[in-house]
Amino acid sequence: MNIKVSTIFILLCGVFLIYSFSIYIIPFKEKAAVGFDPGQAAFGRLVWQKHNCQSCHQLYGLGGYLGPDLTNIISNPQKGEVVIAPLVKYGVKQMPAFDLTDYELSVLIQFLKSTDASGISDPRNFIKDNFGMINEHEIK
Amino acid sequence: MNMKLSKLNFGSLFLLFALKMLLFGLVFGVLASLSYVYPEFLKDKLGFISLRPLHVSSAMFWIILGATGCIYSGLQIYTGTSASNQRSKWQFILWTVAIIGIFFSYFLKDFGGREYWEFNPIWALPIVMAWILFISNFITMVKGFKQWPVYVWMWLTGIIFFLFTFLENYLWIFPIFRSHFVTDMTIQWKVNGSLVGSWNQILYGTAFFLMDRIENSKSTGRSKLAFFMFFLGLFNLMFNWGHHIYTLPTEKYIRYIGYWVSMTEWVFFIRIIYEWKKNITTIQKNYHHFPYRFLMASEIWVFLNMGQAILMSIPAINIFTHGTHVTVAHAMGTTIGINSMILLAACFEFLNFNLEKHARKIKTLNITFWFLQSFLLLFWLALNGAGIRKGIWQMSVNQSSYSQMMESLNPFISVFVVSGAGLLISFSIIAFVLIKSSISRNVIYHQDS
Repeated sequence: MNIKVSTIFILLCGVFLIYSFSIYIIPFKEKAAVGFDPGQAAFGRLVWQKHNCQSCHQLYGLGGYLGPDLTNIISNPQKGEVVIAPLVKYGVKQMPAFDLTDYELSVLIQFLKSTDASGISDPRNFIKDNFGMINEHEIK
Repeated sequence: MNMKLSKLNFGSLFLLFALKMLLFGLVFGVLASLSYVYPEFLKDKLGFISLRPLHVSSAMFWIILGATGCIYSGLQIYTGTSASNQRSKWQFILWTVAIIGIFFSYFLKDFGGREYWEFNPIWALPIVMAWILFISNFITMVKGFKQWPVYVWMWLTGIIFFLFTFLENYLWIFPIFRSHFVTDMTIQWKVNGSLVGSWNQILYGTAFFLMDRIENSKSTGRSKLAFFMFFLGLFNLMFNWGHHIYTLPTEKYIRYIGYWVSMTEWVFFIRIIYEWKKNITTIQKNYHHFPYRFLMASEIWVFLNMGQAILMSIPAINIFTHGTHVTVAHAMGTTIGINSMILLAACFEFLNFNLEKHARKIKTLNITFWFLQSFLLLFWLALNGAGIRKGIWQMSVNQSSYSQMMESLNPFISVFVVSGAGLLISFSIIAFVLIKSSISRNVIYHQDS
């Protein structure tokens, strides 16, 4: 039994590694979307992480529950870049005031531009097919 | 080797360390939940941004250190040998350094900022070193044995995949991954899914081990069905995580694989129902045996949470629950209802809690057991209620504001906070009884020495 078990185990691990690497190579073969600076967005990602924004906010519905999803906040006509700066600086309700430098704030906005450019997180934007799978609407 | 070091029982030491982490996790969890009711609570001192990772990390330490203790204790019984105490000592010290460092960094507002389990990457180094020592001890202990039972395979799988996914979790350190937002999120949720799968392998393996031990048989852990279930679990650990990211605009094949593989969980679910009737007589026979009772409680929570997980894995349903408190209910339901119940069963068994010597505590433990299950059910239902309400809001055409929606969740959140406090009290009573009785009997030393 153990030889059979070892063989199945190793085979499954091999398939898993191939699957994992198929995901790791995606950034190397795709061009970054337009509308933001990828280098600054990568720094902005670090600002987002350094201040643990994910503990209260979500991106694509993944994250904390105290504050709203921020994936498309930049393109939201009622919010956008203008609203973000004072909220970050002075805080609101549970959200504390964050002491960000101008540079940190600008790269954070670049990061949010990158999330915004990646797609739409609003679940109402999806349609269901006959197999129970969901797909995005074609037009934003 | 130093005489005292050679006598130390690291299985018990890790279990006691884990129980202390459980207490921390509960206290921080209740404090964090208060932020939902009192927005200004500790806002400028700790605040939710520190309390949430304090709670999550403590809970993770409870599970991971507990899993480590289970493997050491189980292997000691299975192989009849002890782990290298030099390596175990350094493993223990490295974990202690990492945990103190991580807690301090949260108090200093120095975060890792990733979803769920996060801390400054510097503290990942002692954890990786501790894990390598653990793997080395594991291999040394089992290498002379042939025909491993299923639980040894599950433990091996758990410790290997923990290390792999833990390292994979730090791909974001390279800017190429970090700047590609969608891939970064895909890898993050691949890691989260597989990391949970890795400790589930260890804990379900422990449950198999305990069942064999309680029933005084060696058949459960060696049956073909047990191996089939092991491989199905491993298959899900590797490939079902795509159900976390249906709405993320990642490659379509990832979503389809996640969906199809998740549907194989129906096999587990149907088996639980099929086995249930058979288990009833055994439950009645072993009712007063605490390890068994906690294992049975975990079975009920597996039933509830797996049923919920399978439904949430159907994308057409997931779209209503994704990003809502239903997801939290599932996460809490599995970590508390399944992982913690198996760990408590293991603590009662491996820390040699003898009911005859603690007759006065039986009544307290009996009552606490039922309070624990009741508070957990209330807690789980409150989160599901809040999640369903949020789900309706997020799919509605004319949405009210986010803050209005959050206010409408207040009745559910109040029940969530009160039942959370109930869980704190119930778990604390059980943990204190276990810790106190273990210290009084010196279980941190091998009993035969």
